Amino acid sequence: MRKRRRESVAARDPREPLRLVVIGHVAHGKSTLVGRLLHETGALSEDKVEAVEAMCKRRGMDFEWAFVTDAFQAERRQGVTVDASRTRLKFGGRDYVLIDAPGHREFLKHMVTGVVASDAALLMVDASEGVSEQSRRHAFLLSLLGIGQTVVAINKMDLVGYDERRFAALEAEIRGYLASVGITPLHVVPVSAKTGINLTAAAAEMGWYRGPSLTAALAALEPVPQADDLPLRLPVQDVYEFDERRIIAGRIESGRLAVGDRLLLSPSNKSARLKSIETWHAPRRREAASGESVGLTLDQPISVARGEIISHVEKPPIETNVFRARLFWLGAAPLTVGGHYTLRLQTAAVPVEVQEIERVVDPSDLSSAKAAAVERYAVAEVVLRSRDLLALDPFSANPRTGRFVLIQDYLPVAGGIISMEGYPDERELVTVRSTNVAEVLHRVSHALREARAGHRGGVLWLTGLSGAGKSTLAMEVEQRLFAKGFNSYVLDGDNVRRGLNSNLGFSADDRAENIRRVGEVAALFADAGFVCITAFISPYRSDRERARRAAQGRFHEIYVRAPLAVCEGRDPKGLYRRARAGEIKDFTGISAPYEPPEEPDLVVDTSSASIGDCVDAIMAYVERRFAPAARGT
Amino acid sequence: MREARSAMRHLDSLESQSIYIIREAFNRIERPAMLWALGKDSSAMLWLAQKAFFGRVPFPVLHVDTGKKFPEMYAFRERYAKEWGLDLVVVPCPAVEDIDATLPPAARSAARKAAGLKAAIAAHGYRGIFAGIRRDEEPTRAMERVFSPRGEGSRWNFRDQPPEFWDQFMTGVPPGMHMRIHPILEWSELDVWRYVKREGIPVVGLYFARSGKRYRSLGDQDITTPVASEAADIDAVIAELERTGTAERAGRAMDHEAEDAFERLRADGYM
Repeated sequence: MRKRRRESVAARDPREPLRLVVIGHVAHGKSTLVGRLLHETGALSEDKVEAVEAMCKRRGMDFEWAFVTDAFQAERRQGVTVDASRTRLKFGGRDYVLIDAPGHREFLKHMVTGVVASDAALLMVDASEGVSEQSRRHAFLLSLLGIGQTVVAINKMDLVGYDERRFAALEAEIRGYLASVGITPLHVVPVSAKTGINLTAAAAEMGWYRGPSLTAALAALEPVPQADDLPLRLPVQDVYEFDERRIIAGRIESGRLAVGDRLLLSPSNKSARLKSIETWHAPRRREAASGESVGLTLDQPISVARGEIISHVEKPPIETNVFRARLFWLGAAPLTVGGHYTLRLQTAAVPVEVQEIERVVDPSDLSSAKAAAVERYAVAEVVLRSRDLLALDPFSANPRTGRFVLIQDYLPVAGGIISMEGYPDERELVTVRSTNVAEVLHRVSHALREARAGHRGGVLWLTGLSGAGKSTLAMEVEQRLFAKGFNSYVLDGDNVRRGLNSNLGFSADDRAENIRRVGEVAALFADAGFVCITAFISPYRSDRERARRAAQGRFHEIYVRAPLAVCEGRDPKGLYRRARAGEIKDFTGISAPYEPPEEPDLVVDTSSASIGDCVDAIMAYVERRFAPAARGT
Repeated sequence: MREARSAMRHLDSLESQSIYIIREAFNRIERPAMLWALGKDSSAMLWLAQKAFFGRVPFPVLHVDTGKKFPEMYAFRERYAKEWGLDLVVVPCPAVEDIDATLPPAARSAARKAAGLKAAIAAHGYRGIFAGIRRDEEPTRAMERVFSPRGEGSRWNFRDQPPEFWDQFMTGVPPGMHMRIHPILEWSELDVWRYVKREGIPVVGLYFARSGKRYRSLGDQDITTPVASEAADIDAVIAELERTGTAERAGRAMDHEAEDAFERLRADGYM
């Protein structure tokens, strides 16, 4: 394995440039550095130097290196870089694309544009001013955007007399902050961009410095490799039927594929074999790998739509309609709970709603706080929900399919990365069904069962926080119904886990499976003519929706409402105390979300009404809705 | 076990990205059209479109014709429009007298192209225009977006461009606007020549030296000057570019008349 890796590095195209974004506080000398580097490495075309010279002379000022990159009239007047501009240069046998990103806070959106196009970052810090809030914010964004490779330049050393102690203090400070956001800089280099000190060679002014010059430090950076080794992800971009062929077009974001592979489309869950890789003016081929824009034909005429993700059957992406995300907000108006946006993840575009803002992170000290809204340029952790299933990966598993943007009024307003912590993959639950099973028809009809029982069958699905009173109400209602001659039975969380679900734990996936089984069993009870009452927190809408589908029209969602503080005050099983102490992970309401029903059939509030009143309300509902069908309807 | 494939080569990687961009625009934007200025860049772009769509260009190809191109260029146009089966639309330009007289002479002449294009966009209702510009040509182009929205009268609001990241381009076109799509924005002049060579893409002979001079960039006859060069074929051109310290558009008069001439042209819809 080791040998092969070395070969592939050796085989890298020597002409592949390194894309380096230069970031840092406004006026910490980024543009000057880029201009000066161009000059020092002999990359500056003579006409550009002459043009800038003439320009400076006209303005009666010294030669200004920053003017080389700050090409716009507007910029020259204001003295700040307006947009991420790119400059090519070459040293040490490699090409570099320097992406000069603006430092101004309001220009953050352009900086993001520059950063994500990069392999690595050069963070500039002004030796005379120190590590500013903006330097920290930019470093934090680097980690959020997944740019790990970083070199730090402590600039303007000329202004602090090339002082070793000043440099050491700044180096310790910036290394400390970067470590806290998970970045280890390759080098921290003292320089003076204006005078050209330590850019390409060691300088007498800083005899105490033993590290590499800036260009030597940059030479150690590597282009980001293609994601060949990750599972196959090929988002469908388009389907062409120009001739008799039906060609699926898209770019392989990760992994590789070969003719004959069995491919899976998500979220539609269709499958077919790869028949051919189509080309024009290129040799015919049987394999392709990440980074390539390809055209594929399949062995079966299944319908394929833009936005689906092609994978291998064995390693599919996750399917879900709810996930956590860490995002940076660029919108002029704040992001709010309940806000609607279009989410674009690779080629998919779906409407989403912000279900929750979990916390807003302050990049200057990484502290986080609960907030009702996310202001422009802030970073936040949120829960997003879409109506339909999405195929995606957690960012930690696959950066290409684990990131997204939000669009509002044509414009991107946020970029974010996905975490699936606390949320189950819904694919297996929805699609893994036993095959070769044919439904056997009962000879006793619903009408006959209803006629004998004197009432309809159905599910009373109680949902609410732990401590809201679900079990108490369920037991009370069961008893009252039984006394009135109803066939009634309670499925309770703790009881079901002793037998039917004794093999399940409390992970997100196991919880989802727990609820799925309860939903199926409740549906059988309802089918048998019972009023089946379930008492489960069942915090996720998607889980309850599945139970609703299982019960086929005999599902009644009852929201047992009580504020978190009230439930925590009751704490009948001592669970909240243990959750607060960190002994229970992913506890609903504390460290895991509760998604209230959107349109419950009945709401009972145990904080404002007595148990007796709530039971009465449920009884009245049952008597109204479970009466046998009138004859002839 | 499959063989480990080496990392993608630079030209493959550029080609793949350009194809991705062209396909995105074709899928998302109604009524696209591709500009073909008959030079190496837009010819390479047309080639990339044929790669993207497996040997065809499924939208109109516009030549905004100033009427002042070199005869070789017109011959080139006729030959390859036919050979590649293009839906060629020749767009006429207004007379120079109808152009903003405050512009310096060469820029004023070049602005005819922008005006011709604007008229074509209005007449045909194009919502997306592919243009073969590159970042390394010129500083204002360096600041471009891959998908760059244009407002009323093709105005480019370079001060407030949309963020563009993770290849999530601005593919929605607001009413009254159109989108400029720049599939080869990231390519360098050398990249284009190496690709032209690798793929065997035809180019006009004016790029190659005859009696000590060649055209490095092709514009109108009256505002384009050749550079001193002995590079008589593609290999020699590539070798020359690897050594040179002179800018590609040095021979394009409109870039040099005043500091802001080109910026003004571009803000007003020039490519």
